[in-house]
Amino acid sequence: MSTIYVLWLRQLKRSLRSRSRIIGSLGQPILFMVALGFGFGPIFQKAGGGNYIQFLVPGIIAQSVLFTSVFSGIEIIWDRQFGFLKETLVAPVSRLEIMIGRTLGGSTIAVFQGILVFLISLAIGFRPASYINILLSLVFIFLIAVLFTALGTAIASALDDIHGFQLIMNFLIMPLFFLSGALFPLNNLPSVLNIITRVNPLSYGVDGLRGALIGASHFGLMTNFFALSAITVVLLFVGSYLFSKIQI
Amino acid sequence: MSAIISVKNLTKQFGRPPSVFTAVDSISFSVEKGEIFAFLGPNGAGKTTTIKMLTTLLTPTSGKIQVNGFDPSQQQDNVRKSFGIVFQDPSLDDELTTYENMDFHGILYKVPSDVRKKRIHELLEIVELWDRKDNLVKTFSGGMKRRLEIARGLLHRPKIMFLDEPTLGLDPQTRNHIWSYVQNLNKKEGITVFFTTHYMEEADRVANRIAVIDHGHIAAMGSSDELKKQTSTKTLEDAFLSLTGKKIREESAGTIDQLRIRRRMFKR
Repeated sequence: MSTIYVLWLRQLKRSLRSRSRIIGSLGQPILFMVALGFGFGPIFQKAGGGNYIQFLVPGIIAQSVLFTSVFSGIEIIWDRQFGFLKETLVAPVSRLEIMIGRTLGGSTIAVFQGILVFLISLAIGFRPASYINILLSLVFIFLIAVLFTALGTAIASALDDIHGFQLIMNFLIMPLFFLSGALFPLNNLPSVLNIITRVNPLSYGVDGLRGALIGASHFGLMTNFFALSAITVVLLFVGSYLFSKIQI
Repeated sequence: MSAIISVKNLTKQFGRPPSVFTAVDSISFSVEKGEIFAFLGPNGAGKTTTIKMLTTLLTPTSGKIQVNGFDPSQQQDNVRKSFGIVFQDPSLDDELTTYENMDFHGILYKVPSDVRKKRIHELLEIVELWDRKDNLVKTFSGGMKRRLEIARGLLHRPKIMFLDEPTLGLDPQTRNHIWSYVQNLNKKEGITVFFTTHYMEEADRVANRIAVIDHGHIAAMGSSDELKKQTSTKTLEDAFLSLTGKKIREESAGTIDQLRIRRRMFKR
């Protein structure tokens, strides 16, 4: 327990100390909300989709949580190259505890990031359907955070150095975001895109958030919840396994 | 005296056939309890690889290891509790303070809170970092980081201390300070010290016994005087050169150097 706690605390302290990083990572979601939200708003309205900001904001919250959590997971590569990982790996504690502590730490930061983006979205005109359901949206934010921190951990454990980073960014994180229904509705999509969005775990996160925040869901809240939980559990196992295999 | 570390026919190979690289090739040695034992060898000789296998970070390809009576590939946690280590590269968290780095270590090694507080104070006083306890480690010089790492490695009262080139890049004052502290510890607390170094005069002055390792083999082992006698040379440096040859070793430029540059770009 104390191992999990101290690793969680470390992640938190580190991220709170680099304020520039927190502010920096807010830039992208704000840009998406303002540029896409106001830019496509009129067309979306004309096409009968309703208020685009309302539709878009849950997707952008999911996006910011996705980015923050994958990066937290991938931070293992830094720790590995700059030595700190060795300090934890020679300690008499189980690999599973190390992995859980890190994952919870990364997820906590990602959840905070999601909440920050939510607060900013209120400033640009987003209004949740009911304030009680915000608690439900926190559940989805948390699930997205844990899922993708575990994914980041799994990837980082399998990579030797940071050179694969660009690859992950362009061929994994960006597609996950763009093909998740964060930006467009999932109805009446071409069949290939339909299949892709259904196997993309983020789709269920985005849809769950949308269900919780504006009361409109494509898959249904229960489906979203169970799909996300199941994938999270699988990724936690894969991540722990790969992490336990790290040799320095 | 009894052996606290014993190694038999230890081998580590990297890569898959046909391009197998043998970093450590069937070495055997033992270190007695309370001894200061030095591993000397040119770059890429297999020193660090051996330490990594002794400290559970790498699994051997073949061979037997016992550390404090335990097998690093089977009883990992028992082995891990037995030693403290100062790595060749820094392994501190730069974004944490001195005290936080120590405290983190203490919690990982399950040192009870009151004992932890007392020992951290004690150790930081000894390495003269107590007045810097709330400073972030990233503001420290190389020597200060080393001192902190040594203090940290001792926090859980290990029986064995591994020091992988602990004085690399430090000025003579700091080196002297660190060694007198380590020697004192060895005398007072009976901690076994296993270290690697490039500085011959350090090994000459500090170590009870020295193993010269080259190309993954142990070329010679014994006290400094024995090595000099064996090679009929006057200094340890000459003995070393006569054992390992004068050819300069190439170590492949690690990705770490490239990364250091990149990291600077990424930050802020």
